Amino acid sequence: MKRISTISLLCACALSFPALSQTTKMAGMPSASSNNTAVYDALTEDVIKSSFRSEASVSVDRVLKVDETNRACSAADVEGKPLSKKKAEAIQAENFKSIQWPSDGKYLGDWREGEKIAQSGRGLTWTDNPKTSNGGNCYNCHQIDKKEISFGTIGPSLYNYGKLRGVIDPKSAAAKPIVEYTWGKIWNSKAYNACSNMPRAGHMGILKEADIRHIVALLLDPQSPVNQ
Amino acid sequence: MRFTTSAIAVLALCNLSFSAHAQKTSVQSIEEYRAMLQDGNPADLFEAKGEGLWKQKRGPKNTSLEQCDLGKGPGVYKGAFLELPRYFSDTNKVQDLESRLLTCMETLQGFSAAAIAATPFGKGEQNNVTALATWISAESKDGKFALPQTHTREKIAYEVGKRLFFQRGGTHDFSCASCHGENGTRIRLQDLPNLTTNPGDGVGFAAWPAYRVSSGQMWGMQQRLNDCYRQQRFPYPGFGSDATIALGVYLGVNSGGSKSVAPAIKR
Repeated sequence: MKRISTISLLCACALSFPALSQTTKMAGMPSASSNNTAVYDALTEDVIKSSFRSEASVSVDRVLKVDETNRACSAADVEGKPLSKKKAEAIQAENFKSIQWPSDGKYLGDWREGEKIAQSGRGLTWTDNPKTSNGGNCYNCHQIDKKEISFGTIGPSLYNYGKLRGVIDPKSAAAKPIVEYTWGKIWNSKAYNACSNMPRAGHMGILKEADIRHIVALLLDPQSPVNQ
Repeated sequence: MRFTTSAIAVLALCNLSFSAHAQKTSVQSIEEYRAMLQDGNPADLFEAKGEGLWKQKRGPKNTSLEQCDLGKGPGVYKGAFLELPRYFSDTNKVQDLESRLLTCMETLQGFSAAAIAATPFGKGEQNNVTALATWISAESKDGKFALPQTHTREKIAYEVGKRLFFQRGGTHDFSCASCHGENGTRIRLQDLPNLTTNPGDGVGFAAWPAYRVSSGQMWGMQQRLNDCYRQQRFPYPGFGSDATIALGVYLGVNSGGSKSVAPAIKR
């Protein structure tokens, strides 16, 4: 129980780093032990609380309220070790449950609209007008239409996404699993890969149902430049 | 004013959209633009201003900053940049260059550090802090980073900074590592350094303060981190807050032994 009292004592010191002398006295100098990991984690929480504030339409809750997915994935990143298979599967199952499937059963919108959303990186920063539509930020990380040379490489190339997966008619029964996966991946990427770098566009309210329909079309419509 | 002409040319080139319709031209333009960036650096202007501010008697106490202790003793500015952020016993805090300058402006000159910290970037005394940081960084140009990690608070700041670097959050689940955790990736056409290890001479931490051609502004590390957090869709990090300083320690220690090119020039 001594460890817990050390942590709560450190938390009680509102002024972040000055808490250190307490650490030194009570827990000894830091060395790479799980004990110190917990102390560093607690100190980091204090630093987050004292350092960030709300600005324009961005609430400080964005860093104060953390869901289990982000908490577990951040901790795994700090440790430099992937999540256990069991934990990853639990996170994926939890995120899968949150996916909202299209209310009218229609998965495909207009790929031209999808291209516009994929191009846009606007929305949800403290300098963005909260009234304008959010973009998907897709080209920031993915190649999509081959004509667009300004694309990022953090995510895989999506050029020929539908073609490579053998989608000839996205409305066919044969294409259904791919169509559903594509929808689900955009709605909540963490349903398929617990610590994916990709945002959860539907789940976090970045994109609306209609936007996601358009992006699914961009990826799967045989007429879309993606599949040429 | 050798850089004025090239700066204008560079700004003009900036307006060329990277349109999909003229691939060859776009690629050529980007290459030209990158080459021109090396031509002259308007940071020189800020450097000169910063040196003047260091020596000028200012503030309610009408004193210069010449007795400011940046970690190597009062008045020593050469090489100081390469060891910041570090622990300071008088404030009992780990401080970076910009937050340390605020301390000196308060204690020596009588300014309110809190008031300057609350001033938006590019306004009032913040401009003077940026100019001072530009000049002090220039006085260590080509030196190698050697941030101290001897004081317990410096070690804690590194560990906290590491956790902040990997902290996923906001609407997009982004952490610093989302963009800076792997080798050889890009956002659009922008190459991204991997900052979880030493990214090498003049890359990442070793390239700020820098003149941003795209905005025509001089940015210190505090503003660089602030804009990273903005793009991450995080809430607003306070100027000189414990979070931004701990991140600076993490990045600076990781860059140990790498050469500083600050003040740099960026797209």
